[in-house]
Amino acid sequence: MSVQIRPTAAATSSSRLAVADCDIHPAVRAETDLDPWLSQRWRDHRTTFNAGRRIGMQAGPAYPKSQPNASRRDAQPPEGGRQGSSLSFMQIQHLDPNNVKLGILNPLGSGQGMSNPDLSAAICHATNEWQLAEWTGKDRRLKASVVVPYEDAAASAAEIRLWAGHPDFVQVLVLSRTAEPLGNRRYWPIYEAAAEANLPVAVHAFGYGGSPITSTGWPSHYIEEMTGHAQSSQAGLTSLVIEGVFERFPDLRMIMVEAGFAWAPSLMWRLDKAWKTLRAETPHLKLSPSEYIRRQVWWTTQPMEEPDPREHLLDTIGWIGWDRLLFATDYPHWDFDDPAHVLPLKISEAQRQQFLIGNAQAVYGMVA
Amino acid sequence: MISAGAIDCDIHPSIPGITALLPYLPGHWSTMVQTRGMDDLNSMSYPANAPLTARTDWRPASGKPGGSLGQIQRECLDGFGTSIAICNCLYGVQLLFAEDMAVAFARAVNDWTRCELLDRDPRLRASIVIPIQSVERSVDEIERCATDPRFVQVLLLASGDQPLGKRVYWPIYAAAQRHGLPIGIHAGSSYHNPPTAVGWPTYYTEDYVAQAQAFQSQLTSLICEGVFNRYPDLKVVLLESGWTWLPAHLWRLTKYWRGLRMEIPWVDRSPADIVRSNVRLSLQPTDGPPDRVSMERIIEHMKSNELLLFSTDYPHWQFEGTNALPADLPASLMRQIMVDNPRATYARLLEPVA
Repeated sequence: MSVQIRPTAAATSSSRLAVADCDIHPAVRAETDLDPWLSQRWRDHRTTFNAGRRIGMQAGPAYPKSQPNASRRDAQPPEGGRQGSSLSFMQIQHLDPNNVKLGILNPLGSGQGMSNPDLSAAICHATNEWQLAEWTGKDRRLKASVVVPYEDAAASAAEIRLWAGHPDFVQVLVLSRTAEPLGNRRYWPIYEAAAEANLPVAVHAFGYGGSPITSTGWPSHYIEEMTGHAQSSQAGLTSLVIEGVFERFPDLRMIMVEAGFAWAPSLMWRLDKAWKTLRAETPHLKLSPSEYIRRQVWWTTQPMEEPDPREHLLDTIGWIGWDRLLFATDYPHWDFDDPAHVLPLKISEAQRQQFLIGNAQAVYGMVA
Repeated sequence: MISAGAIDCDIHPSIPGITALLPYLPGHWSTMVQTRGMDDLNSMSYPANAPLTARTDWRPASGKPGGSLGQIQRECLDGFGTSIAICNCLYGVQLLFAEDMAVAFARAVNDWTRCELLDRDPRLRASIVIPIQSVERSVDEIERCATDPRFVQVLLLASGDQPLGKRVYWPIYAAAQRHGLPIGIHAGSSYHNPPTAVGWPTYYTEDYVAQAQAFQSQLTSLICEGVFNRYPDLKVVLLESGWTWLPAHLWRLTKYWRGLRMEIPWVDRSPADIVRSNVRLSLQPTDGPPDRVSMERIIEHMKSNELLLFSTDYPHWQFEGTNALPADLPASLMRQIMVDNPRATYARLLEPVA
């Protein structure tokens, strides 16, 4: 995967192109990094009662990852701390050599999905302050996500409105594994506030919403959970379409992050077919499902699907649209996609530029 | 249009009502149906009056679509001119919570199917409905029915209590392989878990669309747990699953297998290879692209002409008239899909039944 370096003609010609990395994961060195923005009440609460996350373990993931912190083994900062916690090392290892002109921060483990809504809101807010103080304020290439406690939509909307207009925040971040499907109207205040602030909503795979990662119970293995993020993200997108979120908020932009994208064409065909037969159930939809998706949804590329032969991916991207994919590396995680090797296909330089940076500049409203 | 000898791998006769099963239930359960005032076991997977559940021209003035042999013969067998059709009875046995009740109803459904359908039209075959609530009793039911060669498959639903690759289910696969019975996994849920990985949806449309994701999860589970390594001759048939999602799902799963195979070292072939040797999918619904060129491309992405099995999904509303074959499907595939692939999948179809 990411660590396999296979030189190709395409790789050498593209390796110096500027890129936008739409999925970077900054980490805290220690939980106490957020203390400057947390009240004593929540610091005490977190220490005493830990933080229930709708899974059983006190800490760590439901399924042990394949590598510590699911990270590249070479991403450990020399000064210590977990992978992704050092800006200077991220600059040396990733931002500079990969020519990252725009990096979108998606902090994970940031209080989202926690069972206690007040604790969730407090940690999310502290995370947003921390992104400004420790990251975007120190490297102008980096932009932050408004991390919101999405299970409490009112608190989320307030957090979005707090940062609306701030130039360092370029999107709202929710996770894919919500307690109810994402289109459920309990989440609509988030979309309303995001549309009002002209911020896209990024749906990053992962999180814990209380349901198993499948519709048929908990699988055994990490590989099944990882593969399963494509299924849970499809269910979330289906819900957004069928509930009428895109009809209600026509200016809302949604970005599906780290869930793959090759499933999108088949899902659109299936949605359209089911909708044609069953449309009496959803008179609030004025367009076909695929029309809403083509109008309002983007996908980040990592982890890139790898057909054999790779050329099959050209059909898939054609069905989705070359303007809909946003390059991402997932740094510092183990399944990192290297921009020099991510697209070993014969495509035009204009398409490659669009894929690596142009689409991101367009969706985030950045000047090229 | 329909090739001579075409085999329809997914049709749905309806149990006319719970009282139709009374003669096939043991005394205790027959009494319980009446004493407790049990409702008909109709799953929400197909709401009775929803358009998808039955085409308007297949809705009788009274009774259920596909609810009598006459309807099935006229509308389905004669209507499409198929030589053989496999009955997948979607009565809500899997939704029950009590093992003993499920065993009684599974047996009753299978006996009803044998007496009311298989004995009365030689073109019909059926899948064995099993009480998945108990693996041990499921194996018993497979053994009981397998002596009749007209039962050609074991039937499961796409969503249940646990992913189907889990080792607890393996005795079912051992029994199926022993008797040359494919495992047919049909759209639908026991609803013992929410129908999506993110909880209960608001609309039926979401539930139906989500069936494709349920199949994706089950395929992941069956492959990753090593079912096909342990039972290399086992065939799994995905029924009413849609199939255009398969290539993209295999790209993702195969990529993760390359990165994470240390976790499942028993999986010694790529998931894509396993699917090509052991997994088949029914034709309807075809969630296809809107143009012929794209259809040709997605067929090429499947990388095999052996994967698809002809189905009408009668009486579900997937197409109009007798257009069970999507117009954009390459003509060169027709005979394989309608005849050769089903015969290669269902070994029992080659056996004499008289």
